[in-house]
Parts: sequence; C-alpha cells; structure tokens
Amino acid sequence: MVDVTDKAKKYRSVAYYPGCALEGSGNGYDVSTRAIARELDLKLTDVKDWNCCGAMEVKNIDPKIQTYLSARVLSQAVNENKQDVVMAPCNGCYHNLKKAEYDLKNDAATKDVVQSLSAKSGHMAYEAGQAETIHALDWLKATVGEDGLRKRTQGKLAGLKVANYYGCMYVRPRNIFPEKDKGPGSESTARPHFMDDLLGAAGAENVEFPLKTACCGGAHTLSDSDTSTKLVLNILQAAEASGAEVIATECPTCHSGLEMHQIRAEKRFGKKTNVKILYFTQLLGLALGIGPRKLGIHTNISESMDLIVDKGLAG
Amino acid sequence: MSIANSLRPFDALEARLDELNEACGRVDAVLLATDLVAIGEEALTHWVLARGDVPTSAEKEGFRLLALQRQGSTGEPSFNACRESCRELAYHFNLIVDDPLHPETGKRAALAVLVARHIVYFVSGKMQVAGLGEFCCASKPVRASEGVAPAT
Repeated sequence: MVDVTDKAKKYRSVAYYPGCALEGSGNGYDVSTRAIARELDLKLTDVKDWNCCGAMEVKNIDPKIQTYLSARVLSQAVNENKQDVVMAPCNGCYHNLKKAEYDLKNDAATKDVVQSLSAKSGHMAYEAGQAETIHALDWLKATVGEDGLRKRTQGKLAGLKVANYYGCMYVRPRNIFPEKDKGPGSESTARPHFMDDLLGAAGAENVEFPLKTACCGGAHTLSDSDTSTKLVLNILQAAEASGAEVIATECPTCHSGLEMHQIRAEKRFGKKTNVKILYFTQLLGLALGIGPRKLGIHTNISESMDLIVDKGLAG
Repeated sequence: MSIANSLRPFDALEARLDELNEACGRVDAVLLATDLVAIGEEALTHWVLARGDVPTSAEKEGFRLLALQRQGSTGEPSFNACRESCRELAYHFNLIVDDPLHPETGKRAALAVLVARHIVYFVSGKMQVAGLGEFCCASKPVRASEGVAPAT
C-alpha cells in the first residue's frame, strides 16, 4: 500500500522541471500545468538554471553523458533549489531522470563519470537518493486526488469520451520505476491508470483503449516519417474505434506526433480522423473552470474548440 | 522450405489485416482472432530471424506470441515498446475466444485488428531503422536522398 497522506503533503511544493519540449512545441502542456497549480494552490518552483535531460540525442551517442545531464538537473534541484522532489511532466525527461537515479544507484562506472563531470563543471555531484522524481500524474494524484477533483469539478467532464494515451516511456523499462506495481494506490506498468483515475474523477468517460502504452513512432519521425504516420494513424483509429472523442496525452513528444501525423496521414494516405488531442492537464483545467486560452489550448495544432464549446467547457 | 521463406512479407501482412478488418462481423470471430495472433507471431519471427536467432517455439502464458516478443527484446530493450501491444492482442484473443457470442465481440475484433496492425507497423519500422532484413535495401535510397552522413 502507498502512504498517500505523506505524499499529499510532500508534493504540494515541488521543484518543477519543464524540460526543453515544454518551452517549445509542448508549450500548452507547460501553460496548463502551471494554471492548474495556481488553481489548486500547489507550489511549483522552476529548477534553477536547468539544462536538457540528454533526451534521445545524447543518449544515443553516449548514455553516461546523458545520465550526467539528468543528474545535473537533480543536483540543481537539491543544491540550488534546496528541494527533494522534482516534478517532470515530460515523459522523456521523467524517464531520463528516473534512469539517472537508477544508474547512479546501481552502476559504479556511471557514478564515476557523473562525479568527474560535475567536478569539472564546478557543481556538487548528485548522489542517488537525494531527490525523488515524479511525473505530473503522480503529483496531481497525490495532492488533489480523485476525491479532491470530484469536489472541485462536480463532474464537469461528464459526457466527454476520452482515450487515455500514456505512450511507452512513462512505464518502460519497469526496473527504473521501483514505486510502480506496488499494489493498491500505485501505478501499473502493464496497464497504467493514473490519468484514467484523474479524468474519470472529473466526470470523463474513459473508453477501453488497447493502445494506451503503444509506440507513437516518435523516434522514427525524422528518419522514417511514413512509419511514424502509420503508427499514429493506427492509434487515432483505435481511439475512434473505442468510441473516444478526445485523446488525452501526458507526453509532449507523443502529443506533437499525434497532432502532426494526424494531418500527414490525411495528406499522405488519404486517411482522415476526427478525434481531438488535448493534454490531460488541459482537460483537468477545463474541468476546474479555467478558460481554454489560459490553458494554452489555442497553441495546440489539433483544433478542439468546437468540441469544447459543444460540451459546455469553454468557461 | 526455410522459416524465412515461409513468412509473408510485411506488405502482405498489412494486406491481410485490411481483409480481416473488412471481414469483421462477417467471419467467425474465433478464427479471426486466431489469424491475428498468427500475424503477430509472423511479424515477430521476421525480427528474430533478422537478428540471426532461431525463433522460439516455446509459449509464455500460453502464447508463442509473447515468447517471441521476449526473445526479440533480449539484448534490445527498446523492442519492449511493443510488449504491451502483444499482451493486448493476447488479451483480446482471450476475450473473443472465451465468449464469442458476447455482444461486444464485433468491437473487440475490430480493436484486435488495430492492435495486430500496430505490432506489424512497429516491427517493420524497427527493421527499417536497424537496417535489417528485406527493408535494408529499401531504406537506403530514402536516406541517401536525404544526404544523411553514415554513422561512424
């Protein structure tokens, strides 16, 4: 069992690591996350002078340098912010910070590289166990939770059929997420449900969606766009076949991929899909009565305002 | 005939999935589900063979599909990005076979086609990226025209 009371208190004030994507193509995710924090009186303090987590590009060249970059983010949170919880909404950042934690705990060679590069860069080396990395889903699940959302939203998303799409990096590989698969209250790596729980508490009707952790083809998108388009089209078609009006996302790479390849699928393969794509934080924000513009919905490529108005969610 | 020669190429698997998608609701759902699992196994077998391994005939949790997925991800953790899709296909197979007359069977079959299609797309994409098998030659001209420098 997970001690939800401790987490509810601990996560009310966290170091916020938006990462590069949330400053660019995923800006709506950043804006809506901050808007929700203000609405729910949760404190987000940006990690001071944060850097790239190493993403896929650095990892593919040298995994240990990627680990160093992620470890520096954690070091900044611990030593500059003086905080021990880092909240990363981006699946890629979240995955890399969790992987850095795991590698620093289990691989002496990685620890040596991180210590050496940290000394060279003139900052304190991060040591395993000094901070806890959480996702935006963990943060909201622990602080406001389903009961809190039920009270605050009064089921405002009722009648909205949602396919919750988690992508693959939120749960994979299992060994870097020791807190998952711990029974009631914890997240499942095989069938994640935190987003379903939160949106369901806000009144949404979560459809049975079989591709919730399937690959979006994000890694192929530049080298092999057709494969990415086919994978995304399949996800969009599965969401529609499941009865969804909206796909809720929690990863900026997946989100951008779904939006862009939805358009490309129509142009390249003549396959049109109508399902809308919104960040789960945008949906929760709407449920909390925050206006679409304050949630950055106008910055999405997927045009969803008609649906939002139709469902009475425009504020 | 070798195992490799007995396998349908990916475009044939995609074409068969198109046929099955069209046939949903008109054909025996159990036969359709069985066909879908076989397509998933065939896609995974392509991957295992291309890596120079002998495809396993073992089963995991009652499915060769899952055993092949595990074999394909050994030493290649990124291949686990299709693990849950394989498990979803096995789950939908079980749903259909356990109660073929269930009112939701038509919808379950349609979703199972999409899950099987995802596995086929994923594996064929992985083979392109890895430069393995039949897609090696097909992918080279695409990259050459983009002026991508060879990896060193």
